[in-house]
Amino acid sequence: MSGGTLVAGISIEGVTKTYGKAPALRDVSLEIREGEFMVLLGPSGCGKTTLLRTVAGLERVDRGRVRIGDRDVTDLPPRDRNIAMVFQSYAVFPHMTVGQNIGFGLRMKRRPKDEIRRRVADGAELLGLVPYLDRYPAQLSGGQRQRVAVARAVVMDAPVLLMDEPLSNLDALLRLQARADLKRLHNEVKRTTIYVTHDQVEAMSMGDRIAVMRDGVIVQVDAPMEIYDRPATQFVGSFIGSPPMNFLTGTLGGGTFSGDGFSFPTGRPPVSDGRTLLMGVRAEHLTLGGGDIPARVLVSEPLGSHALITAMVGKTPVKVQVPIDTRVQPDEEIRLGIQPGLVRWMDQATGEALP
Amino acid sequence: MVERPSARYLLDRGLVYGFAVLLALWVLVPFYFIGVAAFSPRDAVFEYPKELVPSELTAETMAFFVNSRGVIPSVINSLAVAAITITFALVLGAPAGYALARFRFPGRDGFQLAVLATKMFPISILSIPLAVTFLRLGLYDNLIGVALVHTAMALPFVILVTSGVFVAVSHELEEAAQTLGCTRLGAFRRVALPLALPGLAAAAIFTFVISWNEVFAASILTLRNRTLPAQVLSTLADSPLYYKFAGGFFMVVPAIIFIFFMRKYLLNLWGGK
Repeated sequence: MSGGTLVAGISIEGVTKTYGKAPALRDVSLEIREGEFMVLLGPSGCGKTTLLRTVAGLERVDRGRVRIGDRDVTDLPPRDRNIAMVFQSYAVFPHMTVGQNIGFGLRMKRRPKDEIRRRVADGAELLGLVPYLDRYPAQLSGGQRQRVAVARAVVMDAPVLLMDEPLSNLDALLRLQARADLKRLHNEVKRTTIYVTHDQVEAMSMGDRIAVMRDGVIVQVDAPMEIYDRPATQFVGSFIGSPPMNFLTGTLGGGTFSGDGFSFPTGRPPVSDGRTLLMGVRAEHLTLGGGDIPARVLVSEPLGSHALITAMVGKTPVKVQVPIDTRVQPDEEIRLGIQPGLVRWMDQATGEALP
Repeated sequence: MVERPSARYLLDRGLVYGFAVLLALWVLVPFYFIGVAAFSPRDAVFEYPKELVPSELTAETMAFFVNSRGVIPSVINSLAVAAITITFALVLGAPAGYALARFRFPGRDGFQLAVLATKMFPISILSIPLAVTFLRLGLYDNLIGVALVHTAMALPFVILVTSGVFVAVSHELEEAAQTLGCTRLGAFRRVALPLALPGLAAAAIFTFVISWNEVFAASILTLRNRTLPAQVLSTLADSPLYYKFAGGFFMVVPAIIFIFFMRKYLLNLWGGK
């Protein structure tokens, strides 16, 4: 594509959007840096697609501003925003060939014919679509259609690339391949990208940063590993990671953390008002044997590269990731250790992490 | 080993097919005899018993009908009325269908019901007040007047058919066109319209048949400027039998051609596949 100077950051300030009575976005603000790959992640109905569509101009905001580069685009139609978008359904035009689809945006921008031909060829080359240029979308597989949609967006040379769950309609194997392809593509063209997904693995593997959304609000924005290791809320901890983060409910006092059916020493100084707390810890940060937490094995699942043990700590089931050769029996009493510093403390009432 | 179908199954199938054949004959036999009579010599109509396969075919009877006084002008009138009706019905109906397909607005369901409810009033009840109104407006015995009534009759179908057509064209396609540099209107023209065209053509043909076959309003609202069905009806009592067969054949052919092209869309509309 033409040079690497096509960059613009995106700035979303206090955007609110309501459908009927249900708020889809509540006072959302987000800064996306030039060339960054930002993932909007959340369960369905959290507002991530709505937020993407407000950046695209397909959705009007009730309040707030959207800036692309140094331009305020809040009141501009999509075609004046300098964006390109890949839709979940791909939205490849069925009455045009692959070549006509890829060149559609350039034709609308009235680029000269030979420039269109060259850039369509470049785009087809980039996405491996050269043999299919004269075919109609009905003659393509789902994966090929998805690549046509990406090529059509990329040849626009828009500084901002928006993607709405572009991989969700592909089968599992193809999705792995397409995920790697998209990441490679981003490294090559370096557009500022907003990528919407509900798949936390996609988000972790592709994003420079992830914005986790819930109920029309951004809960946490951070680098993937930061979000994984230090979730801002209980929701983020349980939404990201497979298995989700373990949470034990209890109170701190006299150097011990005690709850329903368990009590063990911990290094954390107690909170002043004695609130009920959640102790969040990931399955792979728990160790088997020689720890302070008594537990009873429920079941052990070998998963090839490792095994997953479900054990009861008091009355709470806890997942522990252990080496594959670990031998435990159901009902066996075990002791779990925690790697210090990898525990997240949260307020049980609000779900928010404590400093 | 292939198991032989049970007697029960064969009986079921036999009944279903037998009934289907009976129904088909019930519809097709009159068509067949109308067609045969229209292309037999004039006197053959009066022969009895009837031959199932005509011994002599001729275009003479059809030629007699077409050359009868008033037939050619009434065909031209019919075509003119149909053309005006199609234009009105699509210009008014397609945008309404588009709106129903694309937008959730207050009163949407009510509107849809109201569109259908207009079919509750038989044209025979509306005709007299319409004739009076048209006389006052100077639209009586005027092709535009007939076309307006036909438009009113066709609109509910056009609105419902086109809304089905536009529902089938994904909204994301139009949005994609907008992100690629089209205005709202441009996206409609370059993406939604070409994809909807076969369906819109079907709606147009449907409208044509409604207008082409409509006789009641056309008879009441015209005197000298008759459409073909009105013309045939007005001369029916005084015309020979073979004229009626030829006229009937002439009027039924467009409807049959229409059904061939429309089958797909009508079945879609009514929930088949």
